[in-house]
Amino acid sequence: MSPDFIIAALMTVVGLTTPILLAGLGELVVEKAGVLNLGVEGMMLMGAISGFAVTVFTFNPWLGVLGAAAGGAASSMLFAVLVLQLNSNQVATGLALSIFGTGLSSLIGVSFTGRIVIPFTSVFPDALAKHPLFEVIFGYSPIVYFALFMVPAVGWFLKSTRAGLILRAVGENDHSAHSIGYSVIGVRYAAIAFGGAMAGIGGAYFSMVITPMWAEKMTAGRGWIALALVVFAGWRSGRLLVSAYFFGILMALELYAKASGFSVVPSQFWAAMPYLMTVVALTFISARGNAGSNAPACLGKPFLPSN
Amino acid sequence: MRIKLEKRQTPSTLMLVATPIASVLLTMLIGVVVFDLIGINGQRAVVDIFLTPLLASYKWQDVAVKAAPLIIIALGLSVGNRAQIWNIGAEGQYVIGALCAAGVGIAAGTAGGPLVITAMVLAGIVGGAAWAAGPAWLKTRFDVNEILSTLMLTYVSYQVLGYLVGGPWKDPNGRNFPATAPLAENQTLPILFPGSTVHLGVLIAVLLPFLFWLVMSRSVFGFQIRVVGSAPHAARHGGFDAKQTVWAALLIGGGMAGLAGSLEFTGALGAINLGFPSGYGFTAIIVAFLGRLSPIGCLIAGIVLAVTYVGGQVAQTTVHIPNSTAGIFQAMMLFFILASDILIRYRVRVIATAPKIVAGE
Amino acid sequence: MLPTARLDLSGITKRFPGVLANDQVSFSVKPGEIHALLGENGAGKSTLVKMIYGIMQPDAGEIRWNGQRITIANPKAARRLGIGMVFQHFSLFEAMTVLENIALGMDGKIPQRELEAKILAVMAQYGLKLEPHRIVSTLSVGERQRIEIVRALLLNPNLLIMDEPTSVLTPQEVEQLFVVLRQLASEGCSILYISHKLHEIKALCDTATILRGGKLVDTCDPRVETSRSMAEKMIGGSLKDIQRGEGRALGRMKLEVSHLSVAGDGPFGVSLKDIGFSVKAGEIFGIAGVAGNGQNALLLALSGEVLASTSDAIHVDGVQVGRMTAKQRRLAGIASVPEERNGHAAVPEFSLSDNTILTGRDRLGMVSGGMVNGAAAKTYAGAVIAAFSVKATGPAALADSLSGGNLQKFIMGREIMQKPSVLVVSQPTWGVDAGAAAAIHQALVDLAAIGSAIVVISQDLDELLALCDTLAVINEGRLSAPMQVAGANIEEIGLLMGGVHGDPNAPTKLSEEVVHAY
Repeated sequence: MSPDFIIAALMTVVGLTTPILLAGLGELVVEKAGVLNLGVEGMMLMGAISGFAVTVFTFNPWLGVLGAAAGGAASSMLFAVLVLQLNSNQVATGLALSIFGTGLSSLIGVSFTGRIVIPFTSVFPDALAKHPLFEVIFGYSPIVYFALFMVPAVGWFLKSTRAGLILRAVGENDHSAHSIGYSVIGVRYAAIAFGGAMAGIGGAYFSMVITPMWAEKMTAGRGWIALALVVFAGWRSGRLLVSAYFFGILMALELYAKASGFSVVPSQFWAAMPYLMTVVALTFISARGNAGSNAPACLGKPFLPSN
Repeated sequence: MRIKLEKRQTPSTLMLVATPIASVLLTMLIGVVVFDLIGINGQRAVVDIFLTPLLASYKWQDVAVKAAPLIIIALGLSVGNRAQIWNIGAEGQYVIGALCAAGVGIAAGTAGGPLVITAMVLAGIVGGAAWAAGPAWLKTRFDVNEILSTLMLTYVSYQVLGYLVGGPWKDPNGRNFPATAPLAENQTLPILFPGSTVHLGVLIAVLLPFLFWLVMSRSVFGFQIRVVGSAPHAARHGGFDAKQTVWAALLIGGGMAGLAGSLEFTGALGAINLGFPSGYGFTAIIVAFLGRLSPIGCLIAGIVLAVTYVGGQVAQTTVHIPNSTAGIFQAMMLFFILASDILIRYRVRVIATAPKIVAGE
Repeated sequence: MLPTARLDLSGITKRFPGVLANDQVSFSVKPGEIHALLGENGAGKSTLVKMIYGIMQPDAGEIRWNGQRITIANPKAARRLGIGMVFQHFSLFEAMTVLENIALGMDGKIPQRELEAKILAVMAQYGLKLEPHRIVSTLSVGERQRIEIVRALLLNPNLLIMDEPTSVLTPQEVEQLFVVLRQLASEGCSILYISHKLHEIKALCDTATILRGGKLVDTCDPRVETSRSMAEKMIGGSLKDIQRGEGRALGRMKLEVSHLSVAGDGPFGVSLKDIGFSVKAGEIFGIAGVAGNGQNALLLALSGEVLASTSDAIHVDGVQVGRMTAKQRRLAGIASVPEERNGHAAVPEFSLSDNTILTGRDRLGMVSGGMVNGAAAKTYAGAVIAAFSVKATGPAALADSLSGGNLQKFIMGREIMQKPSVLVVSQPTWGVDAGAAAAIHQALVDLAAIGSAIVVISQDLDELLALCDTLAVINEGRLSAPMQVAGANIEEIGLLMGGVHGDPNAPTKLSEEVVHAY
């Protein structure tokens, strides 16, 4: 267990955590507004290919990230129109978005297979970013720092701003919010777009940071983990950060087990761990009756104004 | 001018039937447009995906074999969905069902015949149901959301598959390739039409919808499912046990998925490898919705989606689009059917704005 | 010189598909006037008021404010004019604090500390008590209404609209509300008071406008009119007294409840504590109480949707049913009609025929070999529709296509025609038009006459006093000792509803008007 190894391990964990943290934060805001969007996997992949494509054409990874956010947000709008204007079933629509996003990104990605994108240049000077010790803190892609910044930002937004209060109100009691005069649909559109943008950036982390290449279905189910993360974290942004890192550690353990041939337990055990742990955690949360207290009361219910 | 939604007195039967058809047609139309935009011959692609499998008789057996698992899984899911229970983990239950059938097959060694085959299929049903039992218990005991629990177990099932076919169940004669040993001739399902690939599972897939239809529309259990899904408090008032309904819905969903898995294993593939999970469990969700959660609807919708699968493979060779494109079409059909749901319950009215109040009156 | 009316409506008309909700309604409200808007459910009061508050626009007619023609485009515009509204159904967010709820109701952004100071000032001015940092889900219904009132008062309103404010209050809380309203009126604020409770209007209001079927029937002075004359204008006919057979002999014990205790449903549910009462054959037993004191829990415990802890907590015809399921209890002879028509008593998306299968399938033999006999259900539904004059297109009509009154008649009929030994009904005429309500009351009386025992749980004290032989009050899950209706003391009942148990020297004393109105 050399220091090099520990540093590498920590950096791996951060890398594994960042995408689910981003997607999780986005979905948290969406759910706080009362909408359940299961399409995270599809939005992440759309973001991944969008970011990749924009970077290929502009040679600018920063524009690429914007493109990823746009791609994710645009695909989320498909879901938004169906669910908000046409009151379609949220579970099925979200699922459709996941399948659609997976398929569409594969189709678009065909012409990008084999290409490589320019990586990010670090925001910190090389002396820190490439330092054998300090790189643990300074050596990450800007997307990582963005994700960490967004955790308190989302928390502050929800708790301390009027807009956040209105968003929470919409998720808590959409009819009352509507009676008072707030636009339930408008707020939810905005929340869903935000969720899509965040998922898109999370997806771009795969295609632009983890590997500078595109491969179809490269998010490998992480979008679903992000969904589980929101419930696991009790819809609280601070807890989301901790939970995401917990999952990141589990995922790192799987990699380690596979790479080192550690055979006391088969590598599949570690691969299954994040998913099993999610189920265990869900059970604890539900059993403690906590799922009720912070879950937005309108989650998943269609909004049907009575006039 | 504004658009107003007016609730109908009775749901529109016309819309109930017309909307799935319209969804398929619209998807085909948009497909032509999208492909043309990308520079692929849109018309050719759409014809190959949707029509060629129906018109080319040598493709019918492929459609039948692909439709069988889709129909069977969708039947199970539709029961659950009608009760507002969302089993997203049918894919995992399908895999585990197949693995259980494979386990019986391995235990049987070289023995075969109808008894062994029946045992394998039954093992599949039990295995699939058991994989759904965990989420059922968690939901009834701890109120854990079944969407997440069934989904998480799907990913766990992939790992179980990986472990078994890469380890204890790996074919010793298979050149170290992670797959089970192929089934012997007498351990596979009989073929219905000699010379084709149409196995007994296809017949089961055609007959089951009628059985489900009978139960869902005429039996007390079917009534129970419908009430629970429509008005849970009324269901309790009517003496129906909510927990029992959850168990029934998930076990039926899991059992059907497991059945599909074991039939696919014993009828079509004969061996299980890492590529076994082909997404039928997820596509079946689309089938269930396209079929409007009705058993006969599932039968027809299953055939439609099987056509797109087979068609996708055809298009891969004729216009060179990737296999994953079929997913886009399937998702589009789902989008359309979900969007049109509202037309069944509501009438769309275009209303002129209220006349302005004239001053001085 | 006549003072200009603060609010003047002329020729207000509003149409919905299939119904003319308001037809040429005209009246005016002066500054400082407490003006009642009186009418049955469906008379058009709510629609009218929604247009005053800007939620809807009239199809025709004029609204004048202080003499000026205006269009009230939306609630924000209404609030800017100084129009405040306290709705019947509160727009509150359960998981948030009182302060957050009030902040959400404000139009502009106000810093928390400033808002809190303003709230405390308003509460002091009008004698309203609330803790700003409490979570709403922990508050009682009366306290929740205070949040709505404070919200409206922060506007410095010129016109305050109250929509059926007292349906959820005890007589004492009603008194407290009246004090606030009178103070507001004396300061020059106009009050538009929507209600169908005649005695309150007589006690509080200066003027009353009566609506019926969307049309204005009369504008009168309730201090001069009698309750009966106003009621007849509301209903449009002369009131029929319920036909009750005189000198009914009550038979043997049909329902016996003893030491019934059930844990509350969820963290905020009311638990039933040691409930005991009995009902004889032919007796109608009333349970009075303000909403939210365990009425629904009691109905669930009696219907079998929630099991009692011991089987001898409930006896029907001498049989212990406490641990029996809903299905078994129906077979044992106890039928029930819960408070919520659509969603609990009936499935809105199902046909009337299917809805008979819901509760009647076992007792009426509609099931054999696990299969349902659709024809039998259809026949029964048809019989219920005919016997109870349900306005529906037939057994295939969907439950939610029926009006409230007709659906309630159907549900009542469905249960009554199963000839139960015991019938428990909750809020039998809530939101039901007068004609249907009268039919339902008569049906209950007729059922008692042939020997069933009936339990009526209701928030409407008038209804209970007209129907029942015996009465008890439920408060916070506890049931008072039963009392005979003939000679019941209204003041005592009011105190029991408010949670004060039987102390003749209780500090709060109902005003003369409220007592004599009964």
